[in-house]
Amino acid sequence: MDLKDKLISSFMAFESNVDIENSVHDVRTEAMKNFELKGFPTKKEEAWKYTSLKGLQKIDFSIFPKEENALEYKDVKKYFLHEIDSYKIVFIDGIYSSYLSETTHDGVDICLMSSALTKPMYKPVIDVYFNKVASKDESLTSLNTAFSREGAYIYIPKNKMPKKPVEIIHFATGNEASLLLQPRNLIVVEENAELQVIERHQSLTSNEVLTNSVTEIFAADSAIVDYYKIQNDSESASFIDNTYIDQKNKSVVKVHTFSFGGKLTRNNLNFYQNGEYIDSTMKGVTIIGNKQHVDHHTLVHHIEPNCESHQDYKGIYGENSTGVFNGKIIVDKIAQKTNAFQQNNNVLVSDKATINSKPQLEIFADDVKCSHGCTIGQLDEDALFYMQSRGIPKKEARALLMYAFANNVLASVRIPELKTRINKIIAKKLGVNLGFDL
Amino acid sequence: MLKIKNLHASVEGKEILKGINLEVKAGEVHAIMGPNGSGKSTLSAVIAGKEEFEVTEGSVELEGEDLEEVSPEERAHKGVFLSFQYPIEIPGVSVTNFIKTAINESRKARGLEDMPANEMLKLIREKSEMLDIDRKFMSRSLNEGFSGGEKKRNEIFQMAMLEPKLAILDETDSGLDIDALRIVSNGVNKLKSKDNAVIVITHYQRLLEYIVPDFVHVLHNGKIVKSGGKELAVELEEKGYDWLKNEAVV
Repeated sequence: MDLKDKLISSFMAFESNVDIENSVHDVRTEAMKNFELKGFPTKKEEAWKYTSLKGLQKIDFSIFPKEENALEYKDVKKYFLHEIDSYKIVFIDGIYSSYLSETTHDGVDICLMSSALTKPMYKPVIDVYFNKVASKDESLTSLNTAFSREGAYIYIPKNKMPKKPVEIIHFATGNEASLLLQPRNLIVVEENAELQVIERHQSLTSNEVLTNSVTEIFAADSAIVDYYKIQNDSESASFIDNTYIDQKNKSVVKVHTFSFGGKLTRNNLNFYQNGEYIDSTMKGVTIIGNKQHVDHHTLVHHIEPNCESHQDYKGIYGENSTGVFNGKIIVDKIAQKTNAFQQNNNVLVSDKATINSKPQLEIFADDVKCSHGCTIGQLDEDALFYMQSRGIPKKEARALLMYAFANNVLASVRIPELKTRINKIIAKKLGVNLGFDL
Repeated sequence: MLKIKNLHASVEGKEILKGINLEVKAGEVHAIMGPNGSGKSTLSAVIAGKEEFEVTEGSVELEGEDLEEVSPEERAHKGVFLSFQYPIEIPGVSVTNFIKTAINESRKARGLEDMPANEMLKLIREKSEMLDIDRKFMSRSLNEGFSGGEKKRNEIFQMAMLEPKLAILDETDSGLDIDALRIVSNGVNKLKSKDNAVIVITHYQRLLEYIVPDFVHVLHNGKIVKSGGKELAVELEEKGYDWLKNEAVV
């Protein structure tokens, strides 16, 4: 049985086992119909031209983990950014771990999707927001919606700001030979409220893991959201991320994506600007090698006038790795005075690495500023010689140049500990120990 | 200290240096002058070890060691310093972090620990004050957006920090106004000692009024066509290079 059939037959069993509100039940059933109709995307579709899911579909993934697995904190401590200075929503093989988590209901809700989907007190929020910005057309998002049960639920009321950032971490223990995970997150940040989130997925063995994640973020008027995605998973883990962001007037949302690990990673990042004076920022650093594959697909839809979007993606590709950047900007006819900037710079450090970079601009308004730029190059030999002539060995010089290349993406990271952590991961990835942080 | 014997070097199959002989002893200052395209910058790049130049004949020895198989960074660790004619911009790496890395890599190569942070800071302050460099400058990205003069001053700052045995100043005077020229020259003169040597590459005699050479060599068409004392530089300034070109043909 192929993966699609297996998912379809599992859905029945899944549906009859979960206790949820009827409205969500209908959403799920509709979503499943869409997935049945469309199936997994293939390379024939323009949006999936450079990323093949064929290999993954041959793997016999477990769709539901068999049992609840425990982890010792000391064994996974290193994957957390903070011991105490963060809220934590932690999942082990897709199942919530209360032991490793620190949730709160103190003025804000930082808790679980499973609670939000089943408890009546959350119904008003679920009715207004759940599956409202996520695509009903895209088959992998539909697949996630159909199986949506667990994930992070964050609700920040008007004028509130949680005392500390939220870490959402998914561990895969490897107790299953191969595991499919479908986390579903809902994040609502009300008017003038603020939130910082760090999301990480970590497989602890070399068993196959496929994560198909959907996150919906709603930023109301003047809300500020910083979202950081750390993708440094083992090279047997594949990750499809579908993030949908709905922004209202004067809200500021920044998403940073750090892609260093994984076998196949696909980031679908979608911004919808439903208001004026909105600022949307997407930044990414990708450093991969071996046979790793990272595909960034961004969409910014400028629906109203006077908004801005900024995209800055840097990639360093070694060995046989492949990268994709596809940045789509749509400016509607009424969205005058839009400023939309997009930059994608890549360095290929191996003859066998490839990058496909494609800007896609659809501009229907006439009074706009839109720019896009894409570069693909090698490290500057003159710069390397300059550094060597000062006594910096070639390997370190290369690393320093690569560091510098990625540096301006890190400049906008607002959590200092996170910046340090990312710097360390980059240094490790580049195989050097630099005596300073950039 | 430096012994260059019958040095021939090519880039992309084109021979640029055609048999250079030069000996520089500790405590000496040598000036290499010559018209554009005579091979001055190639000579400095070959001494510093730039790989795109192929040494086809002859040798470069530093303190008795043939440098042929020695990488640019190892040459730096042995005390060779090249001040670039066109310093490279490196966005994202500050002047301070760059020089820290350079110093500690050299120390590592000599089996030493990293320089303690307070010592490093003190050294940076001392050397930047000597060259009249603003402290704000130190946190800027290396050479990025620097004026020509700022870049050259920054090269000499790095030289002051690294304290090389053999410093090659490739057209350090170009892009400098008279005040900057004086500051930079003073910096170089302060670093001079009986244990180190300086090679000054320049078009003009102007710099040599400040950094007074013991020997002046004229490079033309890949060869040293004339050598003399500091008075040769004055003569070149007056007469130009044409009389020497004719001499070389003869």
